[in-house]
Amino acid sequence: MSLQATTWQTVGPYFRIGLEYLNTTDLAPAGTPGEPVTVEGQILDGNGKPISDALIEIWQANASGEYGGTVDNPVDGAATVFSGFGRVPTDDEGRFSFSTIQPGPVAGPSGAMQSPHLAIRLTMRGLLRGLSTRMYFPAETLNSDPILQLVPEQRRATLIATQKPGTPATLQWNIEMQGERETVFFDC
Amino acid sequence: MNQNPDHDELSIGIAAPVVPNSRPSQVTSYRRPYPGTQPEYLHSPYVSSIERAPKQPLIKLPHTLTEVTGPAFAPALVSPKTADLTRQNGREAIGERITVSGRVLDENGKPVRNTLVEVWQANACGRYLHKRDQHDAPLDPNFTGQGRVMTDDYGAYKFLTIKPGSYPWRNHYNAWRPAHIHFSLLGPAFATRLVTQMYFPGDPLLPFDPIFNCTADDKARNRLISQFDWETVLPEYALAYKFDIILRGSDETPFEVQR
Ligand SMILES: [Fe+3]
Repeated sequence: MSLQATTWQTVGPYFRIGLEYLNTTDLAPAGTPGEPVTVEGQILDGNGKPISDALIEIWQANASGEYGGTVDNPVDGAATVFSGFGRVPTDDEGRFSFSTIQPGPVAGPSGAMQSPHLAIRLTMRGLLRGLSTRMYFPAETLNSDPILQLVPEQRRATLIATQKPGTPATLQWNIEMQGERETVFFDC
Repeated sequence: MNQNPDHDELSIGIAAPVVPNSRPSQVTSYRRPYPGTQPEYLHSPYVSSIERAPKQPLIKLPHTLTEVTGPAFAPALVSPKTADLTRQNGREAIGERITVSGRVLDENGKPVRNTLVEVWQANACGRYLHKRDQHDAPLDPNFTGQGRVMTDDYGAYKFLTIKPGSYPWRNHYNAWRPAHIHFSLLGPAFATRLVTQMYFPGDPLLPFDPIFNCTADDKARNRLISQFDWETVLPEYALAYKFDIILRGSDETPFEVQR
């Protein structure tokens, strides 16, 4: 039997009503093993204007590099169990912020290990189909990561968060849809 | 001999030492879309795509453990109440009651079991319960337009809801969306995520809607139209529509073996 996957359609424009019960600001409840980290960023369109109706979904491994977990109802935006999944909307200024733990390295193709990363799926009004990208951590060894190797060198920086000055546990990572610093998106 | 040049990414070997505790890294990728069945990001009749669609080519990502895994969802996220959008606090929403049911299968025809199906929609008058919805149509205090269910062992799901109305939007002169219900599914893996919209048969607005008309392949597009289903009509209570959803299936082509 061979079927074709259903066609994507945009989430917009009033998407939040059906998805927001799972919105999360903290993916890792207290006591989750791993290094706590907060990620802050802004999502900008081709005119540099903030995108206030975007949603990012995060999928990540735990601190040991293992995937898997069960999503339950978050309480006040905080997960009650660490599942590795999070759903984070942008605010009126196009900003998002969430806390989690840094994942461990994950097995990659042909025995190569992948550097710690967050898999990100981005949806918004105007995107007929979700986009996938990744966020990597600045303090990690990145030049052996098999996926970053596929990205032209001059564009790799768009996938790597930067340390927020003065706040070591906070990273900054913006998503730009177009322009000179257009984020690398993957055909996933 | 690799028979399918589209799926050879897993052989991109970046020479790296084998880490003693690494888990098996051979994963089965998901199928890539059949040409024309998924929208292009830039679709200029849909004006919002112009400033938001990426301009650089997407980089083809081999499916790794990251892409072939995904979260499970607790049964507590759904209840009979989340499957019934027609009442709030015991009071009934206004409009034409309908059931929407179908099966979630993968491209290989296998049922996708215990997967979360999330839906949202406008009310019978074409108004969303959302602060940014400025359409001058009444809100219904007994209709939130949000629901979710989990598929059963056959991949089947079912909602009871109100048939949504059309609503105007500002994409182009006199633009109205055909009636639709938004669907969101995560499926078994990061790579199987799907957000789509279900339409109704015979809607006169379909030919004018740039979102519905986003794919080159008209058969793929027409599969977004639900079917009126006489057999599951609830007599003297609710009309019924069927909508099957297909998630990506794993590419079961056996990988190359050295001869
Ligand atoms: Fe809508």
